[in-house]
Amino acid sequence: MTWDLVVIGGGNAALCAAITAAEAGCRVIVLEGAPKPYRGGNSRHTRNFRCMHRGPLSVLTDEYGEDEYYEDLLKVTKGQTDEALARLAIRGSEESLPWMEAHGVRFQPSLSGTLSLSRTNAFFLGGGKALVNAYYACAEDLGITVVYEAQVSHVAMDNGLFEGVDVAVAGGPIERIAGRACVIASGGFQSDVDWLARAWGPAARNFLIRGTPYNRGVVLKDMLDQGAESVGDPTQCHAVAIDGRAPKFDGGIVTRLDCVPFSVVVNRDGKRFYDEGEDVWPKRYAIWGRLVAAQPDQVAYSVIDSRSLDLFMPSVFPPVVADTVEELGAKLGIDGSALAATVTEFNAACREGAFRPQELDGLSTEDLDPPKTNWARPITDPPFYGYSLRPGVTFTYLGLKVDRNAQVAGPEGNYPNIWAAGETMAGSILGQGYLAGFGMTIGTVFGRIAGREAAAYVA
Amino acid sequence: MSLDTIPEARRQIEICNACRYCEGYCAVFPAITRQKAFADGDITQLANLCHNCRGCYYACQYTEPHEFALNLPRALAEVRTESWEDFAVPAPLARVFQRHGVALAGLLVLAVAVMVLLARGGGRTFYDVIPHGVLVAIFLPAFLAPLAVIGVSLRRYWRKVGGGPVRLAHVVSAARSAGRMRNLDGGQGQGCNFEKEERFSNARRAMHQAVMWGFLLCFASTLSGTVLHYLGWPAPYGPFSVPKLFGVPGGLLLTLGAVGLAALKPKGDRGLGDPAVWGGEMAFVLLLALTGGSGLLLYAVTGTGLVAPVFALHLGAVMTLFLLMPYSKMVHGFFRFAALVRDAQGR
Ligand SMILES: Cc1cc2nc3c(=O)[nH]c(=O)nc-3n(C[C@H](O)[C@H](O)[C@H](O)COP(=O)(O)OP(=O)(O)OC[C@H]3O[C@@H](n4cnc5c(N)ncnc54)[C@H](O)[C@@H]3O)c2cc1C
Ligand code: SF4
Ligand code: SF4
Repeated sequence: MTWDLVVIGGGNAALCAAITAAEAGCRVIVLEGAPKPYRGGNSRHTRNFRCMHRGPLSVLTDEYGEDEYYEDLLKVTKGQTDEALARLAIRGSEESLPWMEAHGVRFQPSLSGTLSLSRTNAFFLGGGKALVNAYYACAEDLGITVVYEAQVSHVAMDNGLFEGVDVAVAGGPIERIAGRACVIASGGFQSDVDWLARAWGPAARNFLIRGTPYNRGVVLKDMLDQGAESVGDPTQCHAVAIDGRAPKFDGGIVTRLDCVPFSVVVNRDGKRFYDEGEDVWPKRYAIWGRLVAAQPDQVAYSVIDSRSLDLFMPSVFPPVVADTVEELGAKLGIDGSALAATVTEFNAACREGAFRPQELDGLSTEDLDPPKTNWARPITDPPFYGYSLRPGVTFTYLGLKVDRNAQVAGPEGNYPNIWAAGETMAGSILGQGYLAGFGMTIGTVFGRIAGREAAAYVA
Repeated sequence: MSLDTIPEARRQIEICNACRYCEGYCAVFPAITRQKAFADGDITQLANLCHNCRGCYYACQYTEPHEFALNLPRALAEVRTESWEDFAVPAPLARVFQRHGVALAGLLVLAVAVMVLLARGGGRTFYDVIPHGVLVAIFLPAFLAPLAVIGVSLRRYWRKVGGGPVRLAHVVSAARSAGRMRNLDGGQGQGCNFEKEERFSNARRAMHQAVMWGFLLCFASTLSGTVLHYLGWPAPYGPFSVPKLFGVPGGLLLTLGAVGLAALKPKGDRGLGDPAVWGGEMAFVLLLALTGGSGLLLYAVTGTGLVAPVFALHLGAVMTLFLLMPYSKMVHGFFRFAALVRDAQGR
């Protein structure tokens, strides 16, 4: 049998497309590569949705206009964005929020510790998995067929016209599922560590992958091999500094560490390498992914004393504790005397002044290289605590090029019946950097557009 | 006193404290975020605050097969079971009756048998079956002694969780929460995830409230009957008398609610509660249904020859319920309320 619409992937973008098309009357099949407990890709790790609003909307306070939103995007991408698509996503977010609520998503006021986002980001009650659950329930009610453990390996076309996909279900033989239209929403390639190492360099083998192990870029590669146009830097990924003890894959939000601004960070050799107090952590955690990636063995260690332990969100794993800095170094597996020397040098460079953890306090070191320009309070009060840091990859930038109808560009113009949504096409809007909550915005807005366009095509 | 279930609950709570996605579901998560380290008493308090709505299980991205293996509803349920057993006096009784429905059924049979022996046969009203004085002599201690025992348990609990002096505002806050079963409403009124997996439903919350309010009405009915008796107005009472106005709706609510809870229970995933007490909990719910149902039946058979056997059945059920208050699922109401009061103090 031939489906009206074949959706590849089972995350936010895929479900938004599937639901929209099914509501327009399509017979839809969703092919989710992951088994049911892991359904929902990286979407199940998310917590919020960045949303434009011209007045108070649901849990969002005040207003957040199109231009301010776009400015915020320009700041993080340093201009590497497609303005037309970006504004489409931004404008689309406002009417998407009520759509999400109507399809079972519940919002809550911003979580404790994230007040800075209460105007711009709507948080999901229960997080991204709850959102994904709501959409799957909705899909079931609409009669959408969902197949888990359905690994798509090939998008079959005849002269650029989509015909079907090759898929292996639960490790079985490859079979062809025929369809009249296709939405690709299968994310980036960050979980294929070999690909990541080829793109970034061998150091990438030491990176941790923050999200699902199932986004291996198989469909992305298949499309690019067939001549689809690409966007985004193929060598780059978004990486943040996370707890070095996190699992290789899927550690999610809890592995983040917020201790850096109040600490001294050293590399494997016990040496400092960057200003820990350059700015507030939400503005700096992303560059620390790259900084740590550039250190030997792609690892770093963040050291605080007992006075700073309660200044940041608790970590998922308890810190390493010791009564002296030297002993702490040994427990962390680095040269304790080198660490002690670095801390002594740092302490000597600290000066008198008010330490104000909630703001940029300008409490800077003197004659230290690199300097610590805020929160430079000596590390003196035992016990001492240490955390290891490693780069944690959120997503890759390489993606499929789409137009404002989410239609995928092929070698000879757009494919007539293939659309893409979510991370797999986000590279054109997020060419660099990341804006908290924007991944879900791109997936929701373009997922709905893709579903709408696919439904119009098969109608 | 150290419970072996506590380290596992602590492990999970520390993960939640780094995550906080479930903050909006219930009172447990806001209480978690107020702390950074969790002593045994803190875990015990959080466990008793949890109403097992299961929202945080279905919403969790870290449930098995993920290596973090989150199942907070179960971890907290297991701490609860152990804490009630440890606080109970004597603890072994709680161990038997919480975990073994058969033990409860056995006690019930025994209690009914005793009532049958006490019954003097025929008669139109139940005081003809067993005189009022005898009833009071048996049931007053059977009610008050377990209450006293629970009082001791609660004092132990209070010490363990570091409770402070109770003020009216704390009690009011707890009563508000319990009265509407706020911790089963999913945070936004959508209900819990008991019988429909990741979908929400208010069925369990509604049934639970029917039982709770039904039970309280039945209790008010008995109390008002006793007062009337001493005022010289003995049973039977007409349909518009105070005892009947409390008792009939109360009995209906209690019975329907308990039957509803019993029907829902097999639909929920046993692995999200403490599987060891599933049978004991089920037996307790059925006992509630029997208590309510036999009470209604007793009203229906007034004036017939069935009064004596039905009365014995009803009294046997009530006696079992009373005696097992400290050792069965019944005790959850007391600990939950204490936990809500304690939570109000922490806010
Ligand atoms: C820890 C973490 C936290 C985040 N927090 C936020 C946040 O709060 N807000 C925000 O906006 N963004 C956040 N992001 C980014 C966000 O997760 C993504 O932008 C978004 O989820 C992308 O949605 P998607 O549907 O495109 O991809 P995904 O949700 O990743 O879905 C991809 C789907 O494709 C499936 N798939 C992959 N390959 C195949 C194949 N060959 N065959 C079949 N199926 C396949 C996968 O199994 C998966 O279901 C976070 C990311 C991480 C890692
Ligand atoms: S139950 Fe899971 S999703 Fe909820 S707060 Fe805990 S770790 Fe986070
Ligand atoms: S099961 Fe429900 S009440 Fe218990 S901790 Fe989870 S969300 Fe809260």
